[in-house]
Amino acid sequence: MNCTCSKCGANFTSKLAHAFYSLFFICCINTYSQNCNNKLSIEVVDLHDGTALSDATVVIKELDIGGKTDKDGLLVFENLCSRSFSLIVSHDECETLNIPINVRKNSFKKVFLEHHLHELQEIIVTSTDRSNSRSLFENKISKEVLKDYNSRTLGEVLQTVTGVSSLNTGSYLSKPVINGLHSSRVVLINNDVRLEDQEWGIEHAPSVDINSIDKISVIKGASALQYAGDAVGGVIIMETSREKLIDDLYGGVTTNLQSNGRGGTVSTNFTKTNSNGWYYKFQGTFKKMGDFETADYMMTNTGFSEKNFSLKTGLNRIDHGFDIYYSFFSNKLGVLRSSHAHTSVDIINAINNNIPLYIDDFSYTIDVPRQKINHQLIKIKAFKNYNFGKINFKYDYQSNDRKEYDIRRGDNINKPALDLNLQTHSIALDLESKFDSSSNFKAGVSGRYQKNFPDPATGVKRIIPDYKKYDFSFYSVYDNTFNEDWLVEAGVRYDFSHINAYKYYRTSLWELRNYDELFPEFLVEDQGLNTLTNPKFDFHNLSSNLGVRYTISEGQNIYLNYSISSRKPNPAELFSEGLHHSSARIEIGDLGFTSEVGNNVSLTYNLSNEKSALTVNSFINYVNDFIYIIPVRTTTTIAGVFPVWEYMQADANLYGFDVKYDKQYFDNFFIGHQFSLVKGNERSNNKPLINMPPANLKNSISYNFTDFNNLNVSLESEYVFEQNEYPDTNFEIYIPTSETYTMLETSTPPKAFHLLNLSSSIKFGSNNGGEYKINVRVENLFNNLYKDYLNRLRYFTHEMGRNIMLSVNYRY
Amino acid sequence: MKIFKYALLAIPFLYFSCSDDDDSVPEPINEEEVITTMIVTLTPHAPVGFDTVTLTTRDLDGDGPNEPVLEVSGPISSLTSYDGSVQWLNEMEDEPEDITLEVIEEADEHQVFFSASSGLPLAFSDLDTDNNGEPLGVNFIMFPTIEGASASGSITVTLVHEPLKPNGGDLDLALSEEGSIDIQTSFDVVVE
Repeated sequence: MNCTCSKCGANFTSKLAHAFYSLFFICCINTYSQNCNNKLSIEVVDLHDGTALSDATVVIKELDIGGKTDKDGLLVFENLCSRSFSLIVSHDECETLNIPINVRKNSFKKVFLEHHLHELQEIIVTSTDRSNSRSLFENKISKEVLKDYNSRTLGEVLQTVTGVSSLNTGSYLSKPVINGLHSSRVVLINNDVRLEDQEWGIEHAPSVDINSIDKISVIKGASALQYAGDAVGGVIIMETSREKLIDDLYGGVTTNLQSNGRGGTVSTNFTKTNSNGWYYKFQGTFKKMGDFETADYMMTNTGFSEKNFSLKTGLNRIDHGFDIYYSFFSNKLGVLRSSHAHTSVDIINAINNNIPLYIDDFSYTIDVPRQKINHQLIKIKAFKNYNFGKINFKYDYQSNDRKEYDIRRGDNINKPALDLNLQTHSIALDLESKFDSSSNFKAGVSGRYQKNFPDPATGVKRIIPDYKKYDFSFYSVYDNTFNEDWLVEAGVRYDFSHINAYKYYRTSLWELRNYDELFPEFLVEDQGLNTLTNPKFDFHNLSSNLGVRYTISEGQNIYLNYSISSRKPNPAELFSEGLHHSSARIEIGDLGFTSEVGNNVSLTYNLSNEKSALTVNSFINYVNDFIYIIPVRTTTTIAGVFPVWEYMQADANLYGFDVKYDKQYFDNFFIGHQFSLVKGNERSNNKPLINMPPANLKNSISYNFTDFNNLNVSLESEYVFEQNEYPDTNFEIYIPTSETYTMLETSTPPKAFHLLNLSSSIKFGSNNGGEYKINVRVENLFNNLYKDYLNRLRYFTHEMGRNIMLSVNYRY
Repeated sequence: MKIFKYALLAIPFLYFSCSDDDDSVPEPINEEEVITTMIVTLTPHAPVGFDTVTLTTRDLDGDGPNEPVLEVSGPISSLTSYDGSVQWLNEMEDEPEDITLEVIEEADEHQVFFSASSGLPLAFSDLDTDNNGEPLGVNFIMFPTIEGASASGSITVTLVHEPLKPNGGDLDLALSEEGSIDIQTSFDVVVE
């Protein structure tokens, strides 16, 4: 029936917002509506490949009723009156959609849910079973990751994504490298919070427990402007799953034992949700490992222990809600005893010896050198829906405490050689809105205060100085679907940063680098040996992004994206000065650095249908004023000769591509292939960049015995090529005791290697409705002895040998 | 929901806890472990006619860009042997600290190695010892291998932390496990 507001007697003269309008609309329908027998059928499908999405939540906002789609993505509402409604469609792995719909007779609505435009890959660490949805192959990777990696680090988990590798220090300390870029160029978002954990250091692994995460998305390139403008490499988003709006209690326990390191992990979590929207969840993890071993020998002092937990509670209603999240992460990890080198002679001895100089029997003891990290995060977030959109408010506080212990003498034996405390407060306000049904608009402002405190009680010169940093930023992103085929996304972001640091420079260095003439305003006091300075910097950075998605046909898309990202130099790049004891090298930053600006163009083709999935991603990243550290010369101190690593700034080009192809044969036989290649060089002289990941090729076959408790057996092969493009920074060093010259071969990459991994899993239900999953995985099946170019300790040791892992996962 | 109240109450404290020392200038660090100076004193056994020789290396800016300054007080005689002693100092501190005492205290974790370049007619013996009777080398004797010979070359003095002991005076063996080099300096000397 027709119902206009004039019938209700309301006379709108002012331009009230659309929602108010419809409110009156509703009242009038309720009054006059006769037909309340309409049926509304909804089908929810994945926009990328058209597959049905089960378990999507569909809520009719006005009536506060809702339900979940079945395995065919269908949900039917009955007895609806003729009127217009707002549908809120959400799914664990998709953006929530708000869809207005007019119900006049029995209606059918197909809803397309989509991932973020550039979410090329995602890993579902724990997810609801979605075996009937989406491409089978992504699904399979998700499950593998879920089972296999719960005892691992974030860096290792992310390696399963094509184009992502990891930069390691030994066997446990690893950080993600996206298309050749890492550290400050990869921004990590944990539960909506930008992780501030001194990410600049290569030997600083992200302070995140993967057991506290339900979903990881990797956004390559810098198109995630709502999170950061300085992610020249990419953004990694870690989330917990959305809480359901029903009375439920669910959770799980995972235990994992492994032969290499002779330890394991226990992790537990539970969530209590209520239909009134209140919920709380708890998650805790304990890990303990002893010394890891290569194929031939023990890697002495490589054990670690880790204790983490997180709590979350909140209210989740359709139009408003809030949550409070607290997470505690702490670990203590040993660094290979033999990696402690004092001088170049020690490094040469280590390299020439091929295996570590010091090998002891297996032990759980974590001796020096070791790291002790403690990271705490508190987040308070609230949202409310208004007629003009959704407003999010967020405050978070992070404290990152890092202590590094080294081999010392005398009274200092138990003192850390490095003791940094980094505290960060941030506050953000975001608006999510729609101009019409085909466009989304998002904007926000945020502020951040950060303070770094290096404790002087260490008795060792500060590597990173005391500083305070104030950030302010705002952004706006907009996307519009022009028709079924074209989607355009554009965004812009401005970041302002003020850094106020206090630093003691060696007067000799201050003068050698002409800082006394270049930055006289920073000088506070010349104290003879040291000069106290107060460097202050302001950075204004603009980042932007323009992306297009064209749907060629159902399940076939092309993405083209251009993004400009600007990253201010991090404290290590600006202020480093002096001997870094843990790596026996002198590192020198530069106060004159400007912001690094990446111009990234990426082109992605994605094809997925029922039985196969293909993704080809290529990129070119023109980075102006790229900052990198490289050995430039050697210097002599009283202790001997040290290589000097200087941070340099030069224009650089990075380019490469990744291919991923998965295919299903018959009903339950799967084959997967991945290849990625990245090259980087300085623009002016074509000199290769240091630490670029070598090309790698991964292949896997797997078979599912569906009749036999979903028994899955899979075999993976990983071939990593030798990196043949690297800057030659080997130095000749004079060894006085033998009166000879020897090459310090720090830049020569190790040989190619090939690994095979075998895994098998089985799944069955328990009597009380829970589900068990048992997984056995053997990594490095043939116990190969190999070295990895992206491991900073490769001069001293090989990589891990065979590792047999057994994990049992129980979910209720 | 008490927990929220507590959580909200905590916020001001968090701010408070990190803003207590705003705008204070960080204190200078006492770089305790640094060795800036090594002095090798060679006292001739022959009572008259020979001078004491000192070999000094001094690197006052530590890991700063200035290279160590080496000083050899004079020629070494091949007509006498010498009592040698090594001293290490940290001259970065206002009151220079004598690190030698620490080395002696932890004698079993240290060892000094001496070597003369080929062609230099000098040898080293009678190193003092740690508690286990293994050589330490803070005190030693240097003697000419060919009496009256003259040559020029270098003497290398190496202080090793946590050497493998016993090592038979083999520096490479001493470094073969946990040992690492604290100090290594070659002095150009003239023997006459």
